[in-house]
Amino acid sequence: MNDPLRYETVYFFGTCLIDAFYPQAGLAAIRLLQRHGLKVVFPQRQTCCGQPAYNSGFFDEARAVALRQVRSFPKDYPVVVPSGSCAGMMKYHYPELFAGRPELDSVRNFSGRVVEFSRFLAELPGLRLQDRGAALKVTWHSSCHALREMKVIGYAKSLIRRLDNVELVELQRESECCGFGGTFAVKQPQISAAMVTDKVDDILDTGAAVVLGIDCGCLMNIAGAMEKRRLPVSCMHLAQFIWERTHETN
Amino acid sequence: MRQTDSFDFAGNVSRALADRQLRRNLRAAMDTLIEKRNSVFADPQETEELRERGAAIKRRALSRLPALLAQLERNLTANGIRVHWAETTDEANQAVLDIMRSHDATRLVKGKSMVSEEMHLNPFLQRHGIESMETDLGEFIIQLDNEPPSHIIVPAIHKNRDQVARTFHEKIPEAPYTEDVEELTAIARRTLRRKFFAAQVGLSGVNFAVAETGTLCLVENEGNGRMCTTVPPVHIAVMGLEKVIEKLEDIPPLLRLLTGSATGQLVTTYFNMISGPRKPGEKDGPLEVHLIILDNGRTRILADPVMRETLLCVRCGTCLNHCPVYTRLGGHAYGFVYPGPIGEILTPQMEGLARAGVLATASSLCNACEEVCPVKIPIPRLLRRLRRDLAAAAETADPLERLAWKGWALMNRVPLINALAVRAGALLGDRLPAMGSLKAWSVVRTPPRPASRSLHELVRREKGVENE
Ligand code: SF4
Repeated sequence: MNDPLRYETVYFFGTCLIDAFYPQAGLAAIRLLQRHGLKVVFPQRQTCCGQPAYNSGFFDEARAVALRQVRSFPKDYPVVVPSGSCAGMMKYHYPELFAGRPELDSVRNFSGRVVEFSRFLAELPGLRLQDRGAALKVTWHSSCHALREMKVIGYAKSLIRRLDNVELVELQRESECCGFGGTFAVKQPQISAAMVTDKVDDILDTGAAVVLGIDCGCLMNIAGAMEKRRLPVSCMHLAQFIWERTHETN
Repeated sequence: MRQTDSFDFAGNVSRALADRQLRRNLRAAMDTLIEKRNSVFADPQETEELRERGAAIKRRALSRLPALLAQLERNLTANGIRVHWAETTDEANQAVLDIMRSHDATRLVKGKSMVSEEMHLNPFLQRHGIESMETDLGEFIIQLDNEPPSHIIVPAIHKNRDQVARTFHEKIPEAPYTEDVEELTAIARRTLRRKFFAAQVGLSGVNFAVAETGTLCLVENEGNGRMCTTVPPVHIAVMGLEKVIEKLEDIPPLLRLLTGSATGQLVTTYFNMISGPRKPGEKDGPLEVHLIILDNGRTRILADPVMRETLLCVRCGTCLNHCPVYTRLGGHAYGFVYPGPIGEILTPQMEGLARAGVLATASSLCNACEEVCPVKIPIPRLLRRLRRDLAAAAETADPLERLAWKGWALMNRVPLINALAVRAGALLGDRLPAMGSLKAWSVVRTPPRPASRSLHELVRREKGVENE
């Protein structure tokens, strides 16, 4: 497809984690797009990108679920995805999963339209974010696939920096995995626990009140670990954070 | 933590994670190695181009491997180097032993070689009454403690200075207790000098073997490699068959990638190019040079069009340094010779899925390894393939897991079932019993709480959104 920014209508893929656990994050992302004048289409037949099965080695199952998504987003609109991990799966791994299969052409067409939300938002021409919130110190978690596959961390942080009253304090080991890794967290629980414990300690060192990210798997992992330790730090998807600080309440 | 038949990875992990000293040592060491690497690969674009070149060179070599190995053998033979082929590690060990016996030799000095670790050469030689002395400082340290290497480049990385000081004092006769690095090095040096001069055979690894010229290249920093390959009258080199490259001109980019990735150096102190034994009229160098070329499963790996990329590896170790799992476990927990990401893909292929397949699950697929690998091995992709093989092979498949994924697929293929399942999750809320996966999750985390309404439901009532 051509430049996704030229489109007036976009598809929204909510991701399965947002759907079941963090719907407010999805709604916030949709509202931000709408506020900028975009028309948002939400195919009700969408489910999950298929990554959990793919990363566990269940390729047939992943393929069947992937096809469900490809078929649910048939029109030539950009597919905006509020997750680096799901976007990476759909953009880069779908074509690999369907290599040599009859569906490859339609899969490629779909993958070519996948865009990650924070980058899409940051690149919208004339986007204005007026911060209405109180002064706040936040930190940022770079999820691995947003960092290394979609390469969108710069865009996401640029959005945070546009909020006048928000101070961004970076982690010491920002590029290190939080230990989520989908089924890794339950297949190797000890290693995963050691990783998330270190991540939480790094977060505490920043003195931030909120951890922002664009992947709800990581946020679920980090938030769960902080809650278990009864720490007064919250986790939030970037879309929800931006929406809550910038929308007009009357 | 030694290799055993019943490989208890979970037990190894518990022990490693409980060792706070180990974790501190590793973290500090990995930070230093990463920082050094970054200092020589400061320009991302240049680094990317170099990695492309390195990958292309190794790919080209792999694609013509049989022909290159034949050419290598011809040219080595013409140079006076004797070539021995070993399909298994047993055959490779036997070849070393035969050469030693033909010289009535009982004392061997060794440079660092991961292939010799793969062969378990030291215990083998010991059983046959031969003294095999490690001369690389790190290997020397762990040999004193009778431990295997915990890192493929820095074998004693799991130890800090105090621990080394104690080991030296306890294990080396007449060594005083000192924590001074220079004094410690001097003690090792004195011990090793005597061994170099008394050894009848020197053994080394190989970093690149150049087919076009029949040259064996050895990269090192301590000079012990050069001593092993030149002082004793007989030199035996051992290598995996994937070490062959086509041309001399392939070396500069590969060497730059290897030293930069391994130790963050632009050049190492020594780069040895071995092109044959001592010639008539020359005053030094070994009288005999042998090369043992080991297969040990490599041709089988080569035959698989996806997994063959494992053989691109130049054993730089940088994937270990950047791995969040290795950084917390160290090498011994991986149970076999090669730890970290390269071990996770190589060991299950060498040792079999039943024995070592669990290593393929020891990754969060964070892609940190792939991002730094100098020859661009798609490690996460190979891990997924191994996981597929684990799920498919009768000896390793878990029928319950297969069933769970089948159910998952159904739920995510049919939107109506999906909606019902999400609804059911919301109704249950956090009242799910903490069993299985949820139990594993909940050791250090609170369980996730389903929202009362899904995004699908909320969007239906949202103004302006078009529901399709
Ligand atoms: S896999 Fe790549 S990074 Fe790891 S040791 Fe081999 S060459 Fe180095």
